[in-house]
Amino acid sequence: MARIIVVTSGKGGVGKTTTSAAIAMGLAKKGHKTAVIDFDVGLRNLDLIMGCERRVVYDFVNVINGEATLNQALIRDKNCNQLYILPASQTRDKDALTQEGVGKILDELKKEFKYIVCDSPAGIEKGAHLAMYFADDAFIVTNPEVSSVRDSDRMLGILSSKSRRAEQNQEPIKEYLLLSRYSPDRVKLGEMLSVDDVQEILSLHLLGVIPESKSVLNASNSGTPVILDEKSDAGQAYADIVARYLGEDRPHRFIDEKKGLFGKLFGGR
Amino acid sequence: MSTDSQQNIHHLPVLEFKSSTFSVPVLVLASNDIITIEQQLQEKIRLAPEFFQNSPLVFDLQELNSLDLDINVTDLINMIRKLGLLPIGIRGGVARQNQQALELGIPVHSVHSTKDSTANQSGTGVASTAATAGSQKQQVPKPEADPESQVVAASTMLLTQPVRSGQRIYASGDLIILAQVSAGAEILAEGNIHVYGSLRGRALAGVQGNTEARIFCSDLQAELISIAGNYKISEDLNGAVLNQPVQIYLQNHTLVIKDI
Repeated sequence: MARIIVVTSGKGGVGKTTTSAAIAMGLAKKGHKTAVIDFDVGLRNLDLIMGCERRVVYDFVNVINGEATLNQALIRDKNCNQLYILPASQTRDKDALTQEGVGKILDELKKEFKYIVCDSPAGIEKGAHLAMYFADDAFIVTNPEVSSVRDSDRMLGILSSKSRRAEQNQEPIKEYLLLSRYSPDRVKLGEMLSVDDVQEILSLHLLGVIPESKSVLNASNSGTPVILDEKSDAGQAYADIVARYLGEDRPHRFIDEKKGLFGKLFGGR
Repeated sequence: MSTDSQQNIHHLPVLEFKSSTFSVPVLVLASNDIITIEQQLQEKIRLAPEFFQNSPLVFDLQELNSLDLDINVTDLINMIRKLGLLPIGIRGGVARQNQQALELGIPVHSVHSTKDSTANQSGTGVASTAATAGSQKQQVPKPEADPESQVVAASTMLLTQPVRSGQRIYASGDLIILAQVSAGAEILAEGNIHVYGSLRGRALAGVQGNTEARIFCSDLQAELISIAGNYKISEDLNGAVLNQPVQIYLQNHTLVIKDI
């Protein structure tokens, strides 16, 4: 049975698109046929992060309007043949999306794909609403600072009351916390909320912590999802997250300060 | 009632019959003197005006009829309505009294214990059907609870999931929350509020003016607390009560916060 995953946050700039690209790639690499959809109509980014912007012919809105078929619009990833991207339209706005249209496309995708990852736009308006409406699982991407945590909380409220599962009184959406741009050093200095602080406020199952990392920006600029950079800490963090989501038991990493040999010898920096 | 249930209306069948039990005050009469009844009833109402205002009421004539005291049901109903109560049923009346009540739109409720009076026997058929109709009518003004909530008693709402930022919960009676209430959330109850998690949002008890309402919480971090319109904001809370299990009640129009 196909599962629809929404990657959402409320707040902008926390790493939703980076996360969508990474986990979609991670799931596909594990052999699951996966589609990733960019719901950020008008601010198309996912195709850049996935490195397929020069291959976009048709987009999400074209399919909704019946101007192209789903197969014409889906772009196969160049790194992994199990992964397909449905790009957003850059020339339209979010009003071009309709609940009926989105529902129809997702139903069609469910027949072919194991996982459908919906990259939500920021905010709680129409685009974000439609991205989460049909979801089975939600990845809440949160930065360790108060406004991001507050916005995530708001989004959790919307997930539990305004989604299709909530409206039809079905089993609620499964919610997972992804804490991104985490820097243990700054937590220690009191400049950032700790994992425990965030979990106390959100009381949510922690799927993984993604450390603040230069590799994320490098990956975005080069158009390769960071999970493919297996040497980087962020890439490993996303690989852990995908494995945990699929049921593997992996201990949490990147929560405590990195201590090299010198760190151990001299008691930190 | 939260706004979420209003949206459900568009997706579900528009009506459904359910059976519910309500606790309704029953007025048992021992005299057929309407003037005396009115005076004594007025006294009672004066003691708790908020409780009795627009309160549903069933009046019971069983005792009167066993004493062979007749009463004019039309006058009785008019008197009860004049005092601001809403009669929703007659119980233990004889056929003629039941007929009078039905003419004024008051359903007849059966008394299980009385089968001795012949008048009652003849009215049983009417009584039982009218009683079912009456119980359906009572449901109409009761707000349908939030999908994630369960009705514990007639007027208590129980929530087991966190109340998130931006959500608003309204309970027409008591409100019991077994999870946290996030900052930016708002919980309102006409009765008491219990929060068995961290209370970080706004909590307003006794919103219809019940000054006896209280707020109980196991971890006070609220943005605002209010009982019957008397409120304190987070800044007014001193360190001794913050992050503590407390109860909050009204004493001489002042909010008192005490640890429990």
